[in-house]
Amino acid sequence: MNAPNRSGWKPGTPEAPDGAAGGATVSGNRGLMLEERLIFEIGTTATTGVDLPAPQPGAANRLGGLERRAPIGLPGLSEPETVRHYTRLSRQNYAIDCGIFPLGSCTMKHNPRLNEKVARLPGFADLHPLQPVDTVQGALEVINELAMWLIKLTGMHGVAMTPKAGAHGELCGILCIKAALEARGENRRVILVPESAHGTNPATAAFAGFAVEGIPANAQGRVDLAALTARLGPDVAGVMITNPNTCGLFERDMKAISDAVHAAGGYVYCDGANFNAIVGRVRPGDLGIDAMHINLHKTFSTPHGGGGPGSGPVVLSEALSPYGPLPFTERHADGYLTLVEEETVGDRHPHSFGRMSAFHGQMGMFTRALAYLLSHGADGLRQVAGDAVLNANYVLRSLEDVLDAPFAASGPCMHEALFSDDRFAAGVTTLDAAKALIDEGFHPMTMYFPLVVHGAMLVEPTESESKASLDQFIASLRAVAERANSGDASLAQAPLLAPRRRVDETAAARKPRLAWREPPGEAAAAAGEAA
Amino acid sequence: MRYLPLTDDDRAAMLDVIGVASVDALFADVPDAARLDAPIEGLPSHAGEAAVDRHMTRLAARNLSAADAPFFLGAGAYRHHIPASVDHLIQRGEFLTAYTPYQPEIAQGTLQMLFEFQSQVARLLGCEVANASMYDGSTASWEAVVMARRITRRGAVLLADGLHPHYVSTITTMARFTGDAITSAPPRLEPGCGEAALIAAIDAETSCVLVQYPDILGRLPDLAAIAEAAHAKGALLVAVVTEPVALGAIRSPGELGADIVVGEGQSLGVGLQFGGPYLGLFATREKFVRQMPGRLCGETVDAAGQRSFVLTLSTREQHIRREKATSNICTNSGLCALAFSIHMTLLGEAGLRALAAENHRLACLAADRLAAVPGVELVNDSFFNEFALRLSGDARVAVRELASRGVLAGVSLGRLYPGHPDLAGGLLVAVTETASEEDIDALAAGLKEVLA
Repeated sequence: MNAPNRSGWKPGTPEAPDGAAGGATVSGNRGLMLEERLIFEIGTTATTGVDLPAPQPGAANRLGGLERRAPIGLPGLSEPETVRHYTRLSRQNYAIDCGIFPLGSCTMKHNPRLNEKVARLPGFADLHPLQPVDTVQGALEVINELAMWLIKLTGMHGVAMTPKAGAHGELCGILCIKAALEARGENRRVILVPESAHGTNPATAAFAGFAVEGIPANAQGRVDLAALTARLGPDVAGVMITNPNTCGLFERDMKAISDAVHAAGGYVYCDGANFNAIVGRVRPGDLGIDAMHINLHKTFSTPHGGGGPGSGPVVLSEALSPYGPLPFTERHADGYLTLVEEETVGDRHPHSFGRMSAFHGQMGMFTRALAYLLSHGADGLRQVAGDAVLNANYVLRSLEDVLDAPFAASGPCMHEALFSDDRFAAGVTTLDAAKALIDEGFHPMTMYFPLVVHGAMLVEPTESESKASLDQFIASLRAVAERANSGDASLAQAPLLAPRRRVDETAAARKPRLAWREPPGEAAAAAGEAA
Repeated sequence: MRYLPLTDDDRAAMLDVIGVASVDALFADVPDAARLDAPIEGLPSHAGEAAVDRHMTRLAARNLSAADAPFFLGAGAYRHHIPASVDHLIQRGEFLTAYTPYQPEIAQGTLQMLFEFQSQVARLLGCEVANASMYDGSTASWEAVVMARRITRRGAVLLADGLHPHYVSTITTMARFTGDAITSAPPRLEPGCGEAALIAAIDAETSCVLVQYPDILGRLPDLAAIAEAAHAKGALLVAVVTEPVALGAIRSPGELGADIVVGEGQSLGVGLQFGGPYLGLFATREKFVRQMPGRLCGETVDAAGQRSFVLTLSTREQHIRREKATSNICTNSGLCALAFSIHMTLLGEAGLRALAAENHRLACLAADRLAAVPGVELVNDSFFNEFALRLSGDARVAVRELASRGVLAGVSLGRLYPGHPDLAGGLLVAVTETASEEDIDALAAGLKEVLA
């Protein structure tokens, strides 16, 4: 039996699945699978991993009588302990570097290490955003050069570089639309969003003060053009459409949708999360798009980092460009670059909706994305989209005999393959199948999204997977699907072989524990010592 | 192409399985008019690693990096020494190339780190709970305004005059579209932070008061008095911290009565990076947790009873609640949060206090030496590692002239507050442990020359 130790940490492992005693160890470790306690359990407030001059007690200060006296409770570790702590934690993570990461709509592609190298050049990494522009010409050149790439790849008129992630880019585009409507003296209140949209779309529209209304999908999994057109009117500010959409399909009617929205006085926002499918092969500007964010952390390979940072530049049509945010770069005839910001804007960009964050955008992502673009070139990017779409179709056609593919008859998929739980036996869920894939050594696909398909499983392999990698994944997903279709009850136990068994999300939400607290006995003891 | 593993044989075999003749045929749903049949014109072709490396290195060489000059810029972004192990650890592929931890059984590394980060941030800011990060301090400040509106059901917001002007702009931009009524003014170049006027402006319509601590001029406002006044009128105090190292020396905003504390976490672990990516900090009282934006990591158990961590309370978030979510944020600053957390772990409480003390010692020394320069006057009574000087001439000119002499002198208020002649002489000088006494003397000597 594994009793909790004095710090509340409970070493130990579950029974091995076959009932053998192989799992139980004194340490709680299982070979290379190493447990690691919290820094609050292994560090002390007196320990430090840095060498700094000791503060002089009683030294005069100018802190306005606000000196911190009470303990903060921040544990420290020496450098070796720190390296070990985080190395051990890292090994409990799955990542692209470990294998295929087929999360639909997330575009988990290889993160080239050259990008990491160039982003760390001191000339980029050790620059203050408010240095005189004379001293940062190379950095402004990076922003300007990347902006040029994005404009040419999308066939758009302008680009706002400052948004910090996809959802922030959506906000930028929607604010441009709002500002354009204001300039026309119109107060249109409604944004139309298809049912299959990412959750950020309706959240963004609502965050900017719009009412959100849904547009249904047709039987093919595409926007119902007739229903959309019927809803257009003087109260509709615009639409937010993802293309290719989250069912993995190209919106064939995109240009007709844009034309109808424009004819009704609205604007077209395109969620560019799925740009990887068409980069170098289709320019959104040719489809009548007014604004589209580009997730540099998806299509252009900047690392996801366990949840960010991202970067979401927004390309804009001629109609919306005048309303884009500050700041931006401007090249003068002699090649000199300036930053157009509050100090320098004058009357050159009078309709800008303003600034949407401090400083000039996600520079560290710009250097990486530019290195990626230069590496691929226009020819390589075409091949990126081609291979991404080829890989997804290969997955779709290799599995449609065991998994329901609701839109398999709607034409080739784009960069992601969508399946439903339709063929699973009663009682077996998409979650079970996903967790079984974990035991197979794979990160699962996106689950239960898009919402228009029951028990959705959305697989996005990306172009950076080899055929051999895909074949392994397909074989495992096939085996899992066969178990699910036959009603294998053991799926409910999965995963059995991961660092953790199935994690209880309900308990976490019922009584949230969001920060570490001393176990009651320890706190009392500490208080006693202090007294 | 070195990043694309498929061979032509692979492609042929896969097309066979799919049952189409070519990759181009997979794009049949794209209307002819929009389908490009050749690489986009005006863009270069692919390039080898060495060529790209050379191009980027040449661009980097056209910048004056902070390490190559006496350096004194702050104003919301601070240069601190980052221990070598921080950057090494965040480049482990298991952290760098993971996604948001949606599958907790194979993401405990990220999740435990986030739980530790949340715990560190909550303690540092003096709050009960913190989230798993926002984009940066400026956007976190706007999210705090939205959260305060949800809690108080009021729409009037008071911004203290010492709030970073980019933060003010971010908030006023958003408020223009949401209808929140924002009151703000530029700071005055004087020692006091204007608490009395701020307190007098709080009324029954006030949702929240945002106060930066230390403020844009480096001054230390009396948060406790503002908190008391805000609470008396049913309003919330939102404290904004752009230099978290300060909290190793001064009392935390939570301790002084702030209801929401947001901040910019760049100082620890992240680096200057010409302005981004940075790290938004967001902390509050436990009773407000369901009104918070952003991801939260919580403790739970797995099916075998082992302690585990998981993203939780996601019914606040956009992927569940859609248009009713507390925010539209999805991707945040996970890797920057990791860098912050590692740096904080290396420091520990003892190290953080020592770092803060060293910053303050050097800043006091610099303030005295610079104030002794003819034509230079120290504005602040109180400060941590950044203060405002009033120069006899235009500080923008002084900054440019000093830069041409290889000294990065600070941030001129003229750049931050164009159109305010009364602030044109203002220069913000930040002094961290990365500055040497020789650097400070170089700045003093340079100022003496350019002001002479």
